[in-house]
Amino acid sequence: MADNEKMFQVKIITPDRVFYTGEAEMIEFNTSSGQIGVYKKHIPLTTVLEPGAVIIHEAEGEKIAAVHAGFAEVLPEQVTLLAEIAEWAEEIDVARAEAARKRAEERLQAKTAEIDVARAEFALRKALTRIDVKDMK
Amino acid sequence: MASMRDIKRRKSSIQSTQQITKAMKLVSTVKLQKAKNRAEETNPYFNYMYQTVVSMLKRSGSIMHPYLKAGTSAKKAVVVITSNRGLAGGYNSNVVKQVLDSGLKKEDLKIYAVGSKGKEALERRGFEIAADYSEVIEAPGYEDASAICKKVLQAFQEEEIGEIYLAYTHFKNTVSHEPKLIRLLPVAINGQEAEEDSNILMNYEPNDEEALNMIIPKYITSLFYGALVEAVASENGARMQAMDSATSNAEEMISDLSLKYNRARQGSITQELTEIIAGASAIE
Repeated sequence: MADNEKMFQVKIITPDRVFYTGEAEMIEFNTSSGQIGVYKKHIPLTTVLEPGAVIIHEAEGEKIAAVHAGFAEVLPEQVTLLAEIAEWAEEIDVARAEAARKRAEERLQAKTAEIDVARAEFALRKALTRIDVKDMK
Repeated sequence: MASMRDIKRRKSSIQSTQQITKAMKLVSTVKLQKAKNRAEETNPYFNYMYQTVVSMLKRSGSIMHPYLKAGTSAKKAVVVITSNRGLAGGYNSNVVKQVLDSGLKKEDLKIYAVGSKGKEALERRGFEIAADYSEVIEAPGYEDASAICKKVLQAFQEEEIGEIYLAYTHFKNTVSHEPKLIRLLPVAINGQEAEEDSNILMNYEPNDEEALNMIIPKYITSLFYGALVEAVASENGARMQAMDSATSNAEEMISDLSLKYNRARQGSITQELTEIIAGASAIE
């Protein structure tokens, strides 16, 4: 049983549903300035999320999810992640992610005029994140 | 008085219309349920987004950001969300009316239409249609909202347009839907709401400006998405009501016609009897 003093509220919200609400001891996620871990009583912070894994350290264990794009609001008693896409490691379809990765890589390699490089890169990062998260599990 | 056959024909035609309106009502009731659930699920995201943006803006009063002031162009973009199908009472025309009565000059407006009904109505009145996303309203997804948002913001950044408005139908509950026209950019926040809990000092990473740069497009995308989802719910709600009253009107007409039909039938029987009796007495 974890110490109640250390627990704080965590919420992950996506446009389609409230993805997760619960209490955690620590949460790790990827921001535009690097990977961070947040404990209770963190200074108030709003930061931009990068595609990456979110690890929620609950009293009973860890939960891992993949999050792509969005932002996080950190308050001393509560952390809220507003993500455009979020999925649990269990939900990820590796075969699809692999296929997406291949497609994105091919597109980047071909580098023809009509492809949108930024979009292909974003797709590649999303696919890699999914694969990474699945491996962590 | 109309003949029995005429009344019968008219009655059966109304009956088949009633069957159609009844079926349409049932279909939109089911669709409304689905759309309503979706609208409710979207709400937390949207509310949170709104709160965050409000609290960001009230603390960053000194920042001069392009999104916070009107562009130099006199043109204004209006995203008009209506439906692709009619038979929904005043649903589509109410949204169009919002645009017409807004007091904005027709020459200054560029319409980004979602839903062909609104597009057609505005096109007929001589508005400039900049883009048409009518297929989106069939099954709105977050990606669709984000595509529209990108397009509109790009036009804003290139100074083709100076302000962005959104006209849609707000879904209050199953029976009440409210057409609305709101300004998205430059972002306007109510003075009252900005007063609360300003004692927390928020830090931004990487910095204020970049965070704003990234969060405001997301805020607008979420508004678009919320509006799309609510519009679908409102459309089905409006159609359900329209079809419900059509069905009960048909019911009324049918009972009225039944009465007339029976009266005509009784009349013809009475007439026949009188003829027979008159004929019989003539023979005697």
